[in-house]
Amino acid sequence: MISFFVRRLLLAILTMWVVSVLSYVIIQLPPGDFVDTYISQQSASGSTVSAAEAQSLRELYGLDQPVWIQYGKWITRILTGDFGESMEWRQPVKDVIGDRLWFTVLISVAALLVTWGLALPIGIYSAVRQYSFGDYAFTLIGFVGLAVPNFLLALIIMYLSFRYLGANAGGLFSAEFELAPWSWAKLWDLIKHLPLPSVILALGGTAQLIRIMRANLLDELRRPYVVTARAKGLPERWVVLKYPVRAALNPFASTVAYLFPYLVSGSVIISIVLSLPTVGPLLVRSLISQDMFLAGTIVLLLGVLTVIGTFISDLVLMWVDPRIRHQMD
Amino acid sequence: MPPTLMAERAAAPAAGTPILSVRGLKTYFRADDGVVRAVDGVSFDVRAGRTLGIVGESGCGKSITARSILGIVDRPGKIEAGEVWLTPGGGTGAPIDLAKLASDSAEMRAIRGKEIALVFQEPMSSFSHYYTVGNQIMEAIRLHSDATKQQAHARAVELLRLVGVPKPERRVDEYPFQLSGGLRQRVMIAMALACDPHVLIADEPTTALDVTTQAQILDLMRELQAKRALALILITHDMGVIAEMADDVVVMYLGRVVERGPVDAIFHDPKHPYTQALLRSIPSIMATPRTKLATISGSIPHPLNRPTGCPFHPRCPDFKPGVCDKAEPATTVIDDRREVACFLYGGGA
Repeated sequence: MISFFVRRLLLAILTMWVVSVLSYVIIQLPPGDFVDTYISQQSASGSTVSAAEAQSLRELYGLDQPVWIQYGKWITRILTGDFGESMEWRQPVKDVIGDRLWFTVLISVAALLVTWGLALPIGIYSAVRQYSFGDYAFTLIGFVGLAVPNFLLALIIMYLSFRYLGANAGGLFSAEFELAPWSWAKLWDLIKHLPLPSVILALGGTAQLIRIMRANLLDELRRPYVVTARAKGLPERWVVLKYPVRAALNPFASTVAYLFPYLVSGSVIISIVLSLPTVGPLLVRSLISQDMFLAGTIVLLLGVLTVIGTFISDLVLMWVDPRIRHQMD
Repeated sequence: MPPTLMAERAAAPAAGTPILSVRGLKTYFRADDGVVRAVDGVSFDVRAGRTLGIVGESGCGKSITARSILGIVDRPGKIEAGEVWLTPGGGTGAPIDLAKLASDSAEMRAIRGKEIALVFQEPMSSFSHYYTVGNQIMEAIRLHSDATKQQAHARAVELLRLVGVPKPERRVDEYPFQLSGGLRQRVMIAMALACDPHVLIADEPTTALDVTTQAQILDLMRELQAKRALALILITHDMGVIAEMADDVVVMYLGRVVERGPVDAIFHDPKHPYTQALLRSIPSIMATPRTKLATISGSIPHPLNRPTGCPFHPRCPDFKPGVCDKAEPATTVIDDRREVACFLYGGGA
């Protein structure tokens, strides 16, 4: 068991290193660099940048050196906790990202809980009552949920809540708390704002997970051990919940792993629509302006979070499935 | 307190006491593309301390018969007609018609596992791999008695010892995938015996096991039956197992009982052409080497495409055109323990 953990941990570290190289390479891929983008922005707004100025900017950011030296400098600084300075914001990357990372994690976890809370009971219902009216209804809603772009759903819900409830559904805080220091009142405000974006973000994944749960459970319900449980005289509800549902739970554990990348990359548009202070919109902007330290840091952080998510999902899988647990002895 | 588990039952019913009577049982599966008559008018009796063998090819309705008795037929299967009379308490209680009980009713659930228990074919897939064997045995004990967790655990260990599982104190906390096939089947039997049932239905209990293990499991079942006066229904396609274990035999073909009788009579004087064909297709150690083993010509018809008349007529060597394909043969009573459904012996409507 211990050796398994150590092996997993070493693999995770190796993966993170690969992720860091890849993220650096990826942000270097577009032609030109930040200075080129900066120059074209400046000339678009009428002012010019002299060749000497451009050169000094390049030297300032080390853009005149080979890529691997740039990477070396970047990663060494990151290891000491210094993520560099955002070229566009002229601020340390740390301050630019700031709380956004934690809000992203918070919304992701909230969306995950909503996904599970909806998908588990609906999936079980759809499988146990296959081809019933309820099953068809949930299937229809699920496919609509899959097919309708989330940002459209976000717009509709925002419109409805504004029109009929008079509430502004955007953001994570009310205006008066936006810049206020942390307090209980601010926390409560955050909790009140959390459900809507979580539900909207959760819907696509929920529809998918319902289908997975339903298909898995339909498979498991036909297994001989279900008949064994029935033959013991257990009530049907107990039979279903204790045996086949338990066996169909594995995909739920796996969702932890792909959740962060999905929520961040898939939710950029929703975050913009709902003006959520997450890292998604920031990433898009930094990529457009080729703000490489900011973009690199975000991509790296997402990679690290994904690796951690995978690690957690492995632990959860071990916890729910004794066969995985015992393979390691 | 749960009934203490002992080698012998406190008040074992006298051998031969009728426990279970099935009469005209019909279980149909109605689907969009037709009706599958999986069990189509099956009757037999099971007695304490005796073994009834149900034999037939795959798909002849043996397992569905077993599940119908317990009311656990999967949808869309449904008992359409017939009676399943159980005399609970080993022949002491008032008879109940199980076919009349709703499948998820409390009365029916009280019978399952408690009065009638099942042992399945696949010891691998008939256990859940997410719980220890102890958990799965204790569940049945605690469901049908008010035993505490400790009492149920102690009884589970005792049951495992009874069925010959070595180191039961340790095995009880292991998962099914950690046991060998033979051990798993022993545990399955222990689980079936957990609540001291009077009827044990064993559905192909040895099919998935190798020959040596098969013999051990059959010995174990015979031993347990003798100690506890179990009424045993043994479902198999293996005539060898029937010869070794059964007192009475029911031969099934496409959901119907084609022949019924004491085991000696079935083996020495088979009446129905299907029984005769089944017996011819057993490999014998006395046979001349390198001769071809007799097989039954053709294959089982698709259940949705049942032949008219006697369901066996397309494969029957004694097929009489104009008779066998016109009407289903009625059951001819030969004596009080023997019946055959074939036009060779009357069977006219």
